[in-house]
Amino acid sequence: MRLRFSRKMLGIPYAVFLVFFVIIPMLIILFYAFTDKEMHLSFGNFIQFFSDPTKLSTIVYSLVIALITTAVSLLIAYPVAYILARSKMKKKFVILLLFVTPMWINFVLRINAIRELLGWIGLLGEANYFNTILGMVYDFLPFMILPLYTTMLKIDESFYEASADLGANALTTFRRVTLPLSMPGIASGITMVFLPSMTNYVVSDMLGNSKVTIIGKFIYEYFGTNWHMGSMVALILLIVVFLSTWLTGGFKEDETVRGANL
Amino acid sequence: MNRKAIALRCVKAVFIGLVLLLLYAPILLLAVYSFIDTDIIGTTGAFTFDHYKDLFTDSQVMTMIGNTLGLAFASAALSTLLGTLGAIGMFYSKKRVKTAIGAVSRIPIINAEIVTALSLAILFVTFGLPKSYFTLLMGHMVISTPFVVLSVMPKLKQMDNSLYEAALDLGASPAQALFKVILPQIIPGVISGFMLAITLSLDDYIVTVYTRPAGFDTISTYVFNATIRGNAHTAETLSSFWALTTIIFLIILIVVISANLAGRKKKEAVK
Repeated sequence: MRLRFSRKMLGIPYAVFLVFFVIIPMLIILFYAFTDKEMHLSFGNFIQFFSDPTKLSTIVYSLVIALITTAVSLLIAYPVAYILARSKMKKKFVILLLFVTPMWINFVLRINAIRELLGWIGLLGEANYFNTILGMVYDFLPFMILPLYTTMLKIDESFYEASADLGANALTTFRRVTLPLSMPGIASGITMVFLPSMTNYVVSDMLGNSKVTIIGKFIYEYFGTNWHMGSMVALILLIVVFLSTWLTGGFKEDETVRGANL
Repeated sequence: MNRKAIALRCVKAVFIGLVLLLLYAPILLLAVYSFIDTDIIGTTGAFTFDHYKDLFTDSQVMTMIGNTLGLAFASAALSTLLGTLGAIGMFYSKKRVKTAIGAVSRIPIINAEIVTALSLAILFVTFGLPKSYFTLLMGHMVISTPFVVLSVMPKLKQMDNSLYEAALDLGASPAQALFKVILPQIIPGVISGFMLAITLSLDDYIVTVYTRPAGFDTISTYVFNATIRGNAHTAETLSSFWALTTIIFLIILIVVISANLAGRKKKEAVK
């Protein structure tokens, strides 16, 4: 039988690519996480990792850094997104673009620019945790602004009018209308900032004077010494990602990721 | 407009301006110092183009810029091809297949980059593949192809499906129909996918570090090692990064502005 062309077949190379470079690598991580150095099935990696007090304190520090980064980003991004989304200005898209433009400069060069700035004002090497958080907020802010802006743009103006007509003051309108309707944007912004601020060790290395360790750095350290432990940390991060994505509905169609359709 | 409303507008404008100022302060600082004859920010000096001269005469720096651009274009071109075909294939597949591929395709997007990088590095070792340009290329394709799919998909959904059938009825081969009917309708998505793939590749540090062959540097790895590990071979290298940052910033600004102008012209033409 002659193979007939069908448009479905065009997807085969991509499917094969995904199997080789996404599914199989994840399975290998799973395998290494649950085996010991003799390749026997073992939960020892988990027990060893979580019974090490220095590791645990690093995890707590890392979580606190990520929480502060996310909270500060949200506090800055929310008003920005709100003002821009509700503005009647014709050129508001250009202003939004201004917030995203720095994101297109090479990430390491951008962090290096902050490093130079911090060196100039004398903070480099002095306030390692502050610098790390500052760098992360600087770097991940657009990821918070974009989803917030797109959700708020979708809120119908008549909701605000109805709220005002029914006698609600500005605070009540915000609490009962704006906030609930912008929840999906808040959720996706949080997932897009929280995860990198737990794992992107380039920022903490460059701005924290190599004194700040975050969870992502463990993987780097284990990669040279112990793949089983490294895979275990990776697996935990993977589970965190899946849970948070599932909880915030991120597996559904979402076209705002990293400004994909700006 | 009453006084209160005007005051509120001012507060809003000041807030937006302040956040933008903070966002651009580090870049502007480097842009200014890229023209000042000093290697330490904060000290004064005469106006100079020396940092730019240092940048363009440092052969190591030029090699890594070339590497970065070459890798970005190669991986973006391959990702766009693979991702566009993938998106078309997925679009015409059964719903179950489409959902399954779509879910796996989201993994590299939502995953922490370090997890993707580690999984690839262990994969290559497990299969006995030494790190080479090929492994690096695959690494970059893993992070960018899903984004190409993501930007092509909405265009496929907007497409008028009957045109393809009409082309076949009128005697076009499936390949002709694909190139002459489907592709022109989804091309904006393909182009934005390509641009996105380029920026993702240019920006990447972590996946590059885990998949690159020895001695291969991109802007990210080179700048990181020079500043943190003190691997810069001369003091001028560090200050030439100011010039590099400024040049990249200007290029982006020009691209953004011209894309905006082009977009506006198109809209006016439609009117």
